Amino acid sequence: MRVEFRLSGSGGQGLLLAGIVLAEAAILEGKNAVQTQSYGPEARGGSSKAEVVISDDDIDYPKATDPDFLLALTSEAYRTYGRLMGKGTIIVDSSVPLDPAIAAKTVTLPILKTAAVDLGKKVVANIVALGVLGGLSGIVSDAILERAVLARVPKGTEDLNVKALRAGIALAKGETPPESC
Amino acid sequence: MSEFLSYFRQDRLPHIWCPGCGHGTVTGALVRAIDRLGLDKNKVCVVSGIGCSSRAVGYLDFDTLHTAHGRALAFATGIKMARPDLKVIVMTGDGDCTAIGGNHFIHAARRNIGITTIVMNNETYGMTSGQFSPMTPKGMLGTTAPYGNVERSFDLCELAKAAGATYVGRSTSYHVPLLIDLIEKALQNDGFSVVEAVTQCPTYLGRKNKLGDAVQLLNWIKDQAVNVKAAAVMPKEKLEGKFLIGELHNGPAPEYSAEYGELIARVQRSFENVKGGLWECASNSD
Amino acid sequence: MPKTVKLMQGNEACTAGALAAGLRFYAGYPITPSTEIAELCAEELPKMGGCFVQMEDEIGSIAAIIGASLTGKKAMTATSGPGFSLMQECLGYASLCEVPIVIVNVQRMGPSTGMPTSPAQADVMQARWGTHGDHSIIVLAPGNVRECFELTLRAFDLAEKYRVPVIVLTDEVIGHMREKVELPDPRDIRPFNRAAPRSPAGYKPYAADPDGGVPLMAPFGAGYRWHVTGLFHDETGAPSGKSDVADKLIRRLDAKIENNVDDICEFSGEGLEDCEIAVVAFGSSAMSALSAVRRARKEGVKAGLFRPKTIWPFPAKALREVALHAKTIVVPEMNLGQLALEVERIAGCSSKVVKLGKVNGELFRPEEVYAAIMGEADNGGTGQGSAKAGEGAK
Repeated sequence: MRVEFRLSGSGGQGLLLAGIVLAEAAILEGKNAVQTQSYGPEARGGSSKAEVVISDDDIDYPKATDPDFLLALTSEAYRTYGRLMGKGTIIVDSSVPLDPAIAAKTVTLPILKTAAVDLGKKVVANIVALGVLGGLSGIVSDAILERAVLARVPKGTEDLNVKALRAGIALAKGETPPESC
Repeated sequence: MSEFLSYFRQDRLPHIWCPGCGHGTVTGALVRAIDRLGLDKNKVCVVSGIGCSSRAVGYLDFDTLHTAHGRALAFATGIKMARPDLKVIVMTGDGDCTAIGGNHFIHAARRNIGITTIVMNNETYGMTSGQFSPMTPKGMLGTTAPYGNVERSFDLCELAKAAGATYVGRSTSYHVPLLIDLIEKALQNDGFSVVEAVTQCPTYLGRKNKLGDAVQLLNWIKDQAVNVKAAAVMPKEKLEGKFLIGELHNGPAPEYSAEYGELIARVQRSFENVKGGLWECASNSD
Repeated sequence: MPKTVKLMQGNEACTAGALAAGLRFYAGYPITPSTEIAELCAEELPKMGGCFVQMEDEIGSIAAIIGASLTGKKAMTATSGPGFSLMQECLGYASLCEVPIVIVNVQRMGPSTGMPTSPAQADVMQARWGTHGDHSIIVLAPGNVRECFELTLRAFDLAEKYRVPVIVLTDEVIGHMREKVELPDPRDIRPFNRAAPRSPAGYKPYAADPDGGVPLMAPFGAGYRWHVTGLFHDETGAPSGKSDVADKLIRRLDAKIENNVDDICEFSGEGLEDCEIAVVAFGSSAMSALSAVRRARKEGVKAGLFRPKTIWPFPAKALREVALHAKTIVVPEMNLGQLALEVERIAGCSSKVVKLGKVNGELFRPEEVYAAIMGEADNGGTGQGSAKAGEGAK
């Protein structure tokens, strides 16, 4: 089965890395995975989008066509990509005001706050988000996701990133039933 | 000449240069300098671009590379970095080196790569029949400067020095012993060396500017040349309209391919025990 | 050593393929979206005693790799549109002087600076005809990340075998996408190394069978003392202005490729054995096309995908066979119909060729290609109507 993820926010939030780790985790589970991205000229602050397609079968088209999960960490990303959502679930940061015109199933979670306040490092918001995506989708096991994170993050930051991942997974699991729809 | 004929591909002679051209003199000076140093012919590589100067390499019995206009130094950079043990020489002209090849020139100088560059400066584009070049003195005539050249010209040696060349000298096709000496010393410098050889183009520059035949043109060049040692004690006004000849800069510095070789050694030491990952596939070849 | 399975980026896979082929010299200039290749080469080459040089521009980059290749090293550069334009002059030099080099062109939107971070496939004709004069060249087009590895490796083999510049034509999507890749066991890789003469005695650097022969290539610095020139030259390497020498040289260079298309050309496909509507697509467009073809087939339309991995020379014989039963050929490409011209040349007499050009900097969505296929299917594969973006060929 083909599962599509779209991770959107602003450049510098590390969403590309989150996408890469998600794809690597899928490979560790023996699945196929493709990760793509689109970006503008800005290294920081511009809009950023990473996509991951995971499947047990051969993947022909590498981009998301009708994402199963949209992660939106900024209101711009939410408004831009939320409108395009069909069957999938939007996971939006609590700091983003919701738009009633966006009809897709929506889950609001304090991803940025969890990183900045609870963990004290806003740079790990991407790993918190990864935990959320992993937890909500169940596409890979928590243990595998943790292995994939550890394989990618810089030495000396392992504990922090594992904490961030677990915080994200906890956010996702606390979300059943979701606090808003 | 005969004792130096062994440095030439005799089956490619006679050359195509015009009667009275100075390029043969400069080429002769190069092989004399090589001979004095006793360089192994099999370890010398001579590279050129396009223009009258570039034809020299076709006559020389080394590994020789006649490249695209202005690009000799870029090709030579690849050769030197791939085979740092080779003595790499570039023969170029004023247009080839300072106009279309100007960017490669300043960057080769900046890197201080071990290439000896001999610039045959006849102050014109001879191969295309006498257009003005970046080295044509202001006011002179060319086929594209029919009313006189209004552009300022480069002082190539100052340019080379400013860009980082570690050996710089200038001579002329009149001052041949000095030219041989300078090329010899340039070849001994590990880094980027530039020898500018001011040569005569009687066919175009001389004729267009009514400077007379080859001998008169040589005398015209001779009269403008002042040895740098003599110039040191001459009043400034006497140097008006003259150019300096002699060794103009000699400041050895670490050479680029050697520095890169050290980088390789350092990297290889630190990665000695690292195998695997993506790159293990590369261990198969070589 | 076992096979390696990992998530790998297209540009990374190109670099790995090059290293597997024996790359030892890289010269380049930073340009989006190819820069990762330069960065990886800067990091990896010194580890194996190789050399990375960041040149002052792309002209210098290609010149430097030609120089390095002449010393016997396997050499490569990578670039994108504007840089590829600058390389055209020396590309012709490498072709005429028969110096093996590999150039990776990760295509982006042009002309000019265009949209540097967006994909395009509009350098198809430039890759073939960009330099002046008739010349021989090979252009390979990977269709996924694994093929970035395989075809860059193959690019070196072909460059060495035929002494031609080989261009690996990818695009921003393939260059930057990451995919699960299974790399072969290094022991199974046998890179091709150029044929070298045995002794300098009597060495004629350009002596070869006039009917497409490849001369033996001596490395510089090995005692051969030979001459290389961008002027037309005879078999001794001496410059020549003789008409018969020029004619013989250009015809041999052309025959080197034309006589060996069966060895050089590769393609892949799906549903080609019975398709009535064939889609011809390369590179990233082929990923969208494959998805569309599969969907159409599920719905009972006899569609097929013909994906050239070698676009120059084009696998003409194979396409002609497909054209025997494909009444319509749809050519989706991220340009206004460049590869379609070659498809028309090959199959335009027997099949209707529908151009499907996309030039907004975005990859085709599968439904766009699907719609084109279904539009043709509704017309019985031969009808007059065509897809929205399409244009009948005849």
